[in-house]
Amino acid sequence: MNEDRAKRLKEKYNKISAEQNSGNKREINMGPAAGRGRAMTAHGKPKDTKKIIIRLAKYLANEKKLLILAMVSAVVFTVTSLMASYMLRPIINKFIYYDAADSDISRRMAKLMQGLIWLAIVYLISIVSQWLQQRIMLSVSQRSLLKMRQELFDKLLTLPVKYFDDNQTGDIMSRFTNDVDTIGEMLNTTLIQIVSGVITIIGTVILMLYTSLILGGITIIMTPLLIYASKKIVKKGQQAYKTQQKNLGMINGFAQEIITGQKVVKVFGYERTATDEFEYLNDELCKSQIKAQFRAGIMGPVTHQLCNLIYAITACIGGILVVKRGFDIGGLTVSLNYTRQFNRPINDISMQINTVFSALAGAERVFDVLDEKAEWEYDENTGEKKHENTDRNHHETIEKNKMNPIKGHIILENVSFGYTKDVMVLHDISLYAKPGQKVAFVGSTGAGKTTVTNLLSRFYEITKGTITIDGVNIEEIDRDLLRSNIAMVLQDTHLFTGTIRENIRYGRLEASDEEVVKAAKIASAHHFITQLENGYDTLIEQDGANLSQGQRQLLNIARAAISKAPILILDEATSSVDTRTEKNIERGMDAIMKDRTTFVIAHRLSTVRKANVIMVLEGGRIIERGNHDELLAMNGRYADLYNEIVELE
Amino acid sequence: MNKYKDTIKKYLYCFILGPFFMIIEAAGEFILPYINANIIDKGAAKGNISYIIQNGIYMLMIAIIMLAAGVLGAYFAIKASAMLAADIRQKTFVKIQEFSFSNIDDFSTGSLITRITNDITQIQNFTQSLLRGMFRSPVMLIGAIGMSFLLNKKLAVSICIVVPIMALTITFIIKTASPRYTIMQQKLDNLNNGINETITNEKVIKSYVREDYEKKKFTIINDELMKKSIHALKMMMLMQPVSSIAINVTTLIVVWIAGKQIMIGNMEIGTLTVFITYLSQILNSLNFLANIFLQGTRAAASDRRISEVLNAKVDLTDVNAKNPDKEIENGRIELKNVTFKYFKNNRENVLNHINLKIESGEFVGIIGSTGSGKTTLVSLIPRLYEVCEGEVLIDGTDVKDMLIEKLRNAVSVVLQKNTLFSGTIAENLRWGNENASTDELKWACKIAQADDFVSSFKEGYDTEIEQGGANLSGGQRQRLCIARAILKKSKILILDDSTSAVDTATDAKIRKAFKEELNGMTKIIIAQRISSVMEADKIVVMDNGSIVGVGRHEELIKECITYQEIYYSQKDKDSN
Repeated sequence: MNEDRAKRLKEKYNKISAEQNSGNKREINMGPAAGRGRAMTAHGKPKDTKKIIIRLAKYLANEKKLLILAMVSAVVFTVTSLMASYMLRPIINKFIYYDAADSDISRRMAKLMQGLIWLAIVYLISIVSQWLQQRIMLSVSQRSLLKMRQELFDKLLTLPVKYFDDNQTGDIMSRFTNDVDTIGEMLNTTLIQIVSGVITIIGTVILMLYTSLILGGITIIMTPLLIYASKKIVKKGQQAYKTQQKNLGMINGFAQEIITGQKVVKVFGYERTATDEFEYLNDELCKSQIKAQFRAGIMGPVTHQLCNLIYAITACIGGILVVKRGFDIGGLTVSLNYTRQFNRPINDISMQINTVFSALAGAERVFDVLDEKAEWEYDENTGEKKHENTDRNHHETIEKNKMNPIKGHIILENVSFGYTKDVMVLHDISLYAKPGQKVAFVGSTGAGKTTVTNLLSRFYEITKGTITIDGVNIEEIDRDLLRSNIAMVLQDTHLFTGTIRENIRYGRLEASDEEVVKAAKIASAHHFITQLENGYDTLIEQDGANLSQGQRQLLNIARAAISKAPILILDEATSSVDTRTEKNIERGMDAIMKDRTTFVIAHRLSTVRKANVIMVLEGGRIIERGNHDELLAMNGRYADLYNEIVELE
Repeated sequence: MNKYKDTIKKYLYCFILGPFFMIIEAAGEFILPYINANIIDKGAAKGNISYIIQNGIYMLMIAIIMLAAGVLGAYFAIKASAMLAADIRQKTFVKIQEFSFSNIDDFSTGSLITRITNDITQIQNFTQSLLRGMFRSPVMLIGAIGMSFLLNKKLAVSICIVVPIMALTITFIIKTASPRYTIMQQKLDNLNNGINETITNEKVIKSYVREDYEKKKFTIINDELMKKSIHALKMMMLMQPVSSIAINVTTLIVVWIAGKQIMIGNMEIGTLTVFITYLSQILNSLNFLANIFLQGTRAAASDRRISEVLNAKVDLTDVNAKNPDKEIENGRIELKNVTFKYFKNNRENVLNHINLKIESGEFVGIIGSTGSGKTTLVSLIPRLYEVCEGEVLIDGTDVKDMLIEKLRNAVSVVLQKNTLFSGTIAENLRWGNENASTDELKWACKIAQADDFVSSFKEGYDTEIEQGGANLSGGQRQRLCIARAILKKSKILILDDSTSAVDTATDAKIRKAFKEELNGMTKIIIAQRISSVMEADKIVVMDNGSIVGVGRHEELIKECITYQEIYYSQKDKDSN
C-alpha cells in the first residue's frame, strides 16, 4: 500500500469515527455480524430484565416435566460428584489404612471391594445423570429455539410493509441468527451450569466450614473479593471491546458492500484499491482485537492464580494451626482440596452470567420484533389467521362483505397519505375506475405513483379520505380477500427458490400444469423457459441470478397472469423487457388486462397510451388527467413528457 | 492447512511463546501440590513453623510466576490468533478479488460474506483456545502419567491402557459427528436463505396472500434444522460421559490394586493419595482436550468453507498470457467465430459462431431482444468470461494473451446492474481514476450529463451517496455510472443498456457529447431504444445468440427483418 493512500484511508476513517462519536451519523452498514455487537454494547443490559425472563420462561412452559427432570439430574450429578470426591477418602482411611491393624487381609479386601462397588454406583449415577441432563436440555433448548424462530417468522409475515421500510434486512436477519443463537446457548448450557455451580458452591462451603471454620472462613471471604478485583480489570476493557465491535462492524460492512458490487469492482480493475482499504480496516481490527481480547483473556489466569495465592496462604495458616492448635492433618488436606476447587464454580458462574446478559439482550431484540404492531395475528389456539378487528359490528360487516365477489369498481375520494405524519406524499387524490377499465399513472420518481397502488392493497393505511371497491370501503373488506383480488407485478423482480413452475404457480396455488404453461405463453416466457435445460423444472437460485432481468420480469407477469384476480396492478412491469418482446407480449398483456380493472405505472409512455385515463402525478397531486389525445391536446406536462422534452425519472 | 503456513512462520515467536508460557503455568500446577504435601508432611506433621512459612513463600512466588506466565501466554495466544485471522481474512478477500465473473456466479454473495466474517471468527476462536490449551493439557496429561510411573509402575500401566482406548473412542465420536455438523450447517444456511427471501419478497407474499404457504415452507426447514442439530449435538455430547467413565474406571482399578499392595505393605498410603490427585488432573486435561476437539470440529467446517473459496479455481488468469507487454493503443476489436455458453451442461449456446469487426474509434450500437446475447457478447471483450470456441482479438492480439489488468484498463464497461458505493459522489467517480482532479470529474460528468444535477446538490461533488445510491433517482445513478466509466479514459467504452432510465433528450445529449469529446474512443452501446443507436457508425442486430444484421440504420431498415420489427415496435406511437 502506498503511503499516500494509507494516509487518505486514515483520514477517512478517523472522520467517520469522529462523526459516529459525535452522534452525527454517517450511514455505515454494520454488516450481518454487527447485530450481536450492538446487542451487547448499545443495550448493555436489557431494560426490564424480570419481564424478559418471565417471557423467556414461557417458551419452556410446555417442557415443565422434562425441565424438572433435567434440574433433578443436575442436582443428582452435582451431589454425586461432590460425594465421589468425599467418599474416596473414607474408603482409603477405613479399609486400606485405618484397619491396617486388622490382619485378616481377605476380610479387608472384601470390605474394600464393597466400598469400591458403592463408589462405582455413585460414579455411574453421576455419569448417567450428567448425560441425561445434557441430553434433555439439548432437546428442550432446540425445541424452544424452533418455537421462537417459528414465532419470529410468523410475526414477520404479519408485519406491515412499513416495518420493512424502516428496518434493514441485515438487522432483521441478525435477530434470527445471532440473537436466537445466544438464547439457545443460554438455555442449553448456562442455566444448568448456574444451578450446578450454585449447588457446588453451597456444598463446598458447608463441607469447608464443617472441616475447619477458620480455614473455610478465609477462603470464603477472600475468594469473592479476588473475583471482584479481577472483574474490575475486565470492566476497564469495555472501551477496547467497543472499539473492537465497531471495527468488526466496519470491516463487515465494507466486505459486504464490495462483495455485493464485486462485478463492478472487476470491470474497474478496482481490486487493488479495495484490497488496500480492506487491509487497512483489517489491521485496525486486528490491533483492537488484541487489545480487547487480552483484557478478557487474562481474567482466567488472573483469578486462577489469585486463588492459588489464597491456597498458599491457607496452607501456611493451616500448617501453623496444626502445629499450634493441634488441627488434624487429614482435615488440613481436605480443606486445602476444597480451597483449590472453590474458585472453579464461582469463575464458571461469573462467565455464564455474561452469557445470560447477552442472551437477555438478544431476547429483548427478539421480543421487540414480536411486539411490533402487526397487520393481523394468528389465533393462539387454532393457528389460523385472526383478523385485526375484534369489534363485533365491524367484524360482521367484514364477514358479510366476504359473500359478494369483487368486481373491481374502484373509487378513491380525497385520499391523502403520508408515510410519516409530518410529510404528506399524496394530497386529495380522487379518481375512479369502472370494472375492466385501465388507469395509467405517469410522473417522476417520488410523485406518488407507486404509493397510490400500495394504498389500494392496504399495504399502508390512508391518512384521509376513502377508497371503495364496488362501493365498499376497503377497510371493511377482509384484508386477505382484498389482496387476493388484486394481482401485482412489481418493478423489483423477486423470485423464490424453487422451480420455474412453482414460481408461476405462486399466483394461484391450485393451477394445473397446463394453466402454468398457458400463463407462461401469455407472458411470452414459454419460449425461453423451454430453452432452459430442465424447462419448467429449472431450479431458480438466489432470487433468479441465473435469469436475466427481462426474463425475471416475464415470469412475474406469468405469475400475475395465472391469478384470477379482477384487479391488476402493473408497476413498471415491463421496464426491463425490450420493446420487441414487449410488442410480442402486448397481445398477451391485453388478454391479461381484459375484464380486469388495471392500474398501470409505466416508464415508457407507449405502454400507457391505450389507457382509458391517464393521471399525471406531480408532488403527490394529480395535475393532469384525461386520455392520451386529450392530454396531448392540452399541451401540458404530459405533452412535454411524451415529446421527450423533460426527463422522466 | 497450507494457508496458515505463512502467518505461522511470520509470527512464529507468538506461536511458540504462547504455548511455552502456558507450559510454565502447567508446570506450576504440578509443583504447588508437591510443596503443599511437603508443608503437611514435613512442616505441619513435624511442627516446623519456619519450614511452613518458608515453603508458603515459595508457593506465593510460584503463584506469581504462574500469574505472569498465564498472562503472557494469553497475550501471545491472542496475538497469534488475531494475526492468523487477519491474514486469512486478507487472503480470502484478495482471493475473492481475483474471482472471475463465473466464480462470482458460483458463490452467492451472502455465503461469501458469511465466510469472510463468521467462519474466520470461528477459526480465530479455535486457534486461541488451541494455543492456550494445546500444550498445557498434554503436558499435564503426560506429566501426570510420568509422575505416576515414577511412583508406581504397576499402577501406571492401568492408565496407559485406558488412555488409548479413550483416545480411540473420542476419535470415533468426532468422525461420526463431523459429517453431521456439515449437514447441520447446510440446514442452517437453508433457514437463513429462507428468511432472507421472505424479507426481500415480502410485498409479493402480501399481494398474493401467501402467508400460510410461506409459513408451511418455513416450518419444514425450521423443523429440519432442529432435527439435524440434535442429531449432530447429541453425538458430541457423548464425549464427556466417555471420558468420565474412562477415568472413573481407572480410579476404581487403581484403588483396588493399590489397596491390595498397601495391605501387604508394598506401597505407602501417601503414594495412593498423590496418585489420585494426578488422576483427577488427567481427567481435567482430557476433558479440556475433548472440548478443544469439539470446537475443532466446528472450526474444521469453517476451515472447509474458507478453503472452498481459497481453492476455487479462478478460470481467468494471466498464467498463459503469451504477450504480457501488449498495450492496447487503438481499440480495434475483432470476434472470430465466437461461441459461448455459461455452463458446460447447458443445452444451447448463448452465442453462436459470432464474427464481428469493430474499428478503432467507431461508435457501435447493439440491439436485439431480451436474451439474444447482447450482454454476453460485450462481456467477452474485457474477458469477463472466457469464450468456449473462437477468439476475441483487440488490436490483433487475443485477449487471452494479454494481462487482464492491462486489458481491463483499456476497456471500461458500464454494467446493466450497476452499483454505487457508500461515500461521496467524488469518491465514487474516482473509481474510474483515483487521481482525477476536480476539473476532470466535472469534465466526465458534463459528458454524462450529470454535472447539472450534481452541482445542484448543496454539497455538490461531496454529497454522500447512501448505500446502493438510494438517495438518487435511477437516471441520476446511471449517469454517474457513465461518468465514472468515462473517467477511466480507456480506449474502449461499453455501455450495457445504461441509459434506460434517462430520458431521450438527455440520452441524445450524452451521445452528442460522446462524439465531440470521446473521439478516439471505441464506443459500444447496447440499447433498447432505436433512437439511442440510430446514428451509430455500425449497428449490430442480434437475435437468439446470432448476429442477424450489421450496418447503418438506413441499410438495416431496408434489409434486416429483425431490425424492422424492433423499429416498428417503437415507432407506432407516431403512426397511431
